Amino acid sequence: MLDSIHISMASLNIATLAPMLIATVGALVILMIDLLKGGLNKSLYIMVSLLFLLLDLGSLVDFGGVFLKNGTVLGFFDVMLMDGIAIMAQIIIVVGSMLFIPLALTSKRFHEYNYPEYFALFLFMIAGFQFMVATDNLILIFVGLETASLALYTLIALHNRSKSFEAAVKYFTMGALAAGFFAFGSMIFYAISGSVEINQIATVLAQDHYSNIGYVLVAVSFMIAAFGFKLSMVPFHTWTPDVYEGSSAALAGYMSIVPKIAGFVVAMRLFEFLVHSGVVWLQVILYIGVVVTMTASNIWALVQSDVKRMLAYSSISHAGFVMAAILIGTTQSNTGLFLYWTLFSFTNLGAFTMLWVNRQKNLLPGQSSDHPYEKFSGMVKTMPMGAVMMGLFMLSLAGVPPFGLFWGKLYMIGAAVSGGYTVLALIMALNSAIAGYYYLKLIVYMFMKEPMVGYEKFYFMNASHSLKTIIGIAVVGTIFSVLAVNPLLVVITQFVYNSGY
Amino acid sequence: MLDHILSILIFFPALAAMLGFVVTKDSMRAYGIAVAFVEFVLSLWLWYAYDPMISGMQFMESAPLIKSFGISYLLGIDGISLFIIILSTFFTLLGIASLTETRHVKNLIITLLFLEMTMVGVFAALDAIVFYVFWELSLVPMLYIIGAWGGALRIYASVKFFLYTFTGSLVMLVGMLFMAYFYYQATGQWSFSILEWYRLILPENFQLWLFAAFFIGFAIKVPMFPFHTWLPYAHGQAPTIGSVILAAILLKMGTYAFIRFSLPLFPDASVYFMFPIAIIAIIMIIYTAMVAYAQEDIKQVVAYSSISHMGIIILGTFALTVEGVSGSVFLMIGHGVVSGALFLLVGVIYDRRHTKLMSEFGGLASVMPRYATIFGIMMMASVGLPLTINFVGEFLSLLGFYKQSHMITLTAGTAIIVGAIYMLSAYKKAFFGPVTNEENRNLKDVNRTEMLGLIPLVIVAIWLGVYPKPVLEPINNSVESVIQLMHDKAQSQEAKARIPNLSDVSGMNSMQEAH
Repeated sequence: MLDSIHISMASLNIATLAPMLIATVGALVILMIDLLKGGLNKSLYIMVSLLFLLLDLGSLVDFGGVFLKNGTVLGFFDVMLMDGIAIMAQIIIVVGSMLFIPLALTSKRFHEYNYPEYFALFLFMIAGFQFMVATDNLILIFVGLETASLALYTLIALHNRSKSFEAAVKYFTMGALAAGFFAFGSMIFYAISGSVEINQIATVLAQDHYSNIGYVLVAVSFMIAAFGFKLSMVPFHTWTPDVYEGSSAALAGYMSIVPKIAGFVVAMRLFEFLVHSGVVWLQVILYIGVVVTMTASNIWALVQSDVKRMLAYSSISHAGFVMAAILIGTTQSNTGLFLYWTLFSFTNLGAFTMLWVNRQKNLLPGQSSDHPYEKFSGMVKTMPMGAVMMGLFMLSLAGVPPFGLFWGKLYMIGAAVSGGYTVLALIMALNSAIAGYYYLKLIVYMFMKEPMVGYEKFYFMNASHSLKTIIGIAVVGTIFSVLAVNPLLVVITQFVYNSGY
Repeated sequence: MLDHILSILIFFPALAAMLGFVVTKDSMRAYGIAVAFVEFVLSLWLWYAYDPMISGMQFMESAPLIKSFGISYLLGIDGISLFIIILSTFFTLLGIASLTETRHVKNLIITLLFLEMTMVGVFAALDAIVFYVFWELSLVPMLYIIGAWGGALRIYASVKFFLYTFTGSLVMLVGMLFMAYFYYQATGQWSFSILEWYRLILPENFQLWLFAAFFIGFAIKVPMFPFHTWLPYAHGQAPTIGSVILAAILLKMGTYAFIRFSLPLFPDASVYFMFPIAIIAIIMIIYTAMVAYAQEDIKQVVAYSSISHMGIIILGTFALTVEGVSGSVFLMIGHGVVSGALFLLVGVIYDRRHTKLMSEFGGLASVMPRYATIFGIMMMASVGLPLTINFVGEFLSLLGFYKQSHMITLTAGTAIIVGAIYMLSAYKKAFFGPVTNEENRNLKDVNRTEMLGLIPLVIVAIWLGVYPKPVLEPINNSVESVIQLMHDKAQSQEAKARIPNLSDVSGMNSMQEAH
């Protein structure tokens, strides 16, 4: 006769679910509002989403305080894991989303914002990403990843242009393949260790001294492929430029930031113990992956004729740069990852928003894509402030001090230096130099060429007060980042160090 | 106010540039002159308040910027940086005052004021990262000046300028991070303060690598052979004001950085690389002098002569003796004044004829006597005629190196003769002989605005040539402390022997002063 199992509610620690639940409830509330009264304006849904995201952020900040006092919080039989990096990644995710959602307040009408489902899906997606980072259970990671991805595919397709459908289907196909790889990888890990929890896997593998190294390598290959797709590492990056081009500029900017931080955190949890336990093969593969991703995408970016595609390749390159942190695997490098990504979110979101406000509904005759370089030709003569701000974002992305990303690059290269990766540090530096060229190209167009007739009427055509506010926030974040770096470093180091990374 | 005078000097032009957006276009030039004048007076006040007897840093300011990574806002000047800062403010003032450009003059002046901020910042920074910030930031205004107001190939020239320097400085950045890491390993604390780095004694093989990393950044900026190819393009395409600032100040950042970073941080490596660098310097001096002789375009002659003179500065710096380094610092100032003036003069004739080809001129001396006189004086100064400013610097630089190697110094000395040849032949082609081109017959002589820019330069060029002491003495005092630091830090026998020990000599000096 089996004893009945008593589970006290307290041991579940339901509070660990609170942040995700807030986002989920927000999505349901939006759906219910639509059910009760249809045809409401998008501004309502935007503000409701923003409110729930604020609540979400509040709960995360609260968790941050708890973490600093008591350490990691576990829940649901250790499935939920609220450690420092989980909290920080979620904060980046939620803040990034809060900066993104007001971009829907455009002055032009866009198809997707007429659907309340858009905002519900958006909040579901955030909950998915939050689940993904707040656990080390491979199954829950999978569930989170799929929830988020499926929502994201739909968000892309809702943009309602033929290129958006193409992008969504392409992303979906690639994403499905990646999900398959992830499932296979997890399965093999489970087979050799009997657990789906990353820390258990690590313990078991360490106990039998990696006697199953062949299986581990196969599993790792699958995992690298899966995360290669999600983080758009070369050679798994082929979908990225097309998907970015097909989605609205705002969503493309969002995709270059938020889903990737979620991916980074999982990659950090999974790969770092393997790198540290001396799986040399993985180290080599990661090294090659990082270098090739940085360099190849930089070279592709050089030859793009569309600013959005250029930014897509540039964000691949930045992702490669940040992957180096996982390869180096020291506290300093992991701190660098979060610092870099925080600064990158402001700058990159700003850059994509600048494209978004210059969005035109119909292409001019002879115009091949939404944002060719020629569109910005001589912009300083007709729209000096706009050109200066765009130039600022480009300089920051190129790593010209004292603007935002420079400090991230400085700290990351510093981490490579002190981690003993001298050659990698040099490669990272030289890649920043290559990248300088394509960012400069846009500056050259904006500041040094003569205006092209016909384009100037599109400048800031799509702008509204809230979009301008977001750009303003991005500009302030980019210029005055130097003041924010020290407090950020102190907090991030504390979070990362206390989580054991 | 003197406690924060360096911050004021750095940020006053930037603030003024921000406010300048409000000033209307036709009043902009007057506004620019006023701001640059105030800045120049402030820098003169700095000189007045500077105590030439102290060899160390003065007017130091410090505030933590990124504490956990050891980056602080650390400023200070010594005799070496003081005069380059004054030179920067002086040339910004002259440049704006004698500005003849009319297109988008508001943007240009705002850009120049931002550029002034970065120039002063580079020379006042004592924290490697703050230095790097200003060093990189100075590229952006210059990129815009060349790219927006330049000649036909301006975009190519400006992008080339930017990318060359940007690449070099990123390698330098890796070097800086290594330096900070070594400091961290030695002391357990991150620091980017140059003064704290000075206390660090590194093993020689580390020094060699780090020297190489810093060298790439500095050598591209100077520019040293074979990294010099961007400079003729930049000068060829830049507007007059761009060339003036580039030649007079921006190139000096590289040579200044050698004295501030490479020499005292890596004394053994400096001795190790002394002869290879001296040979590069010789190649720079002679090869570019020959190239200058072959030019048709008078601006290119000045541009190549500029590289040639930078070679002498490098040679003096790597003499690693007090005479050599003081001479090279003095020559930085001298070359700044002279080449700046020559570019202004080329600008004068370009404004009138819209060509810079010497074959188009000839006989200008009879049409524009005042212009020919000033050009003649400046040319003589450039050649290094005794009693002009460049003579002092060239003489001391070569004297300094003479102690290290007679052969190399003699070879470099012949280059001065080559220098005289190309300059005099250029002068002959443009100014002497009959007026062959009808268009030249009715050229107007130098007008009042242009005089305003040129006369002060002539005065400085002659004054400091006749009586260099007020400038040379503070430089000398600071250089002595740098050389002494190098001698104390040097580990290898060769370095100890090559770098003179001044402690007994300077002790005698102070004894004499006491009497």
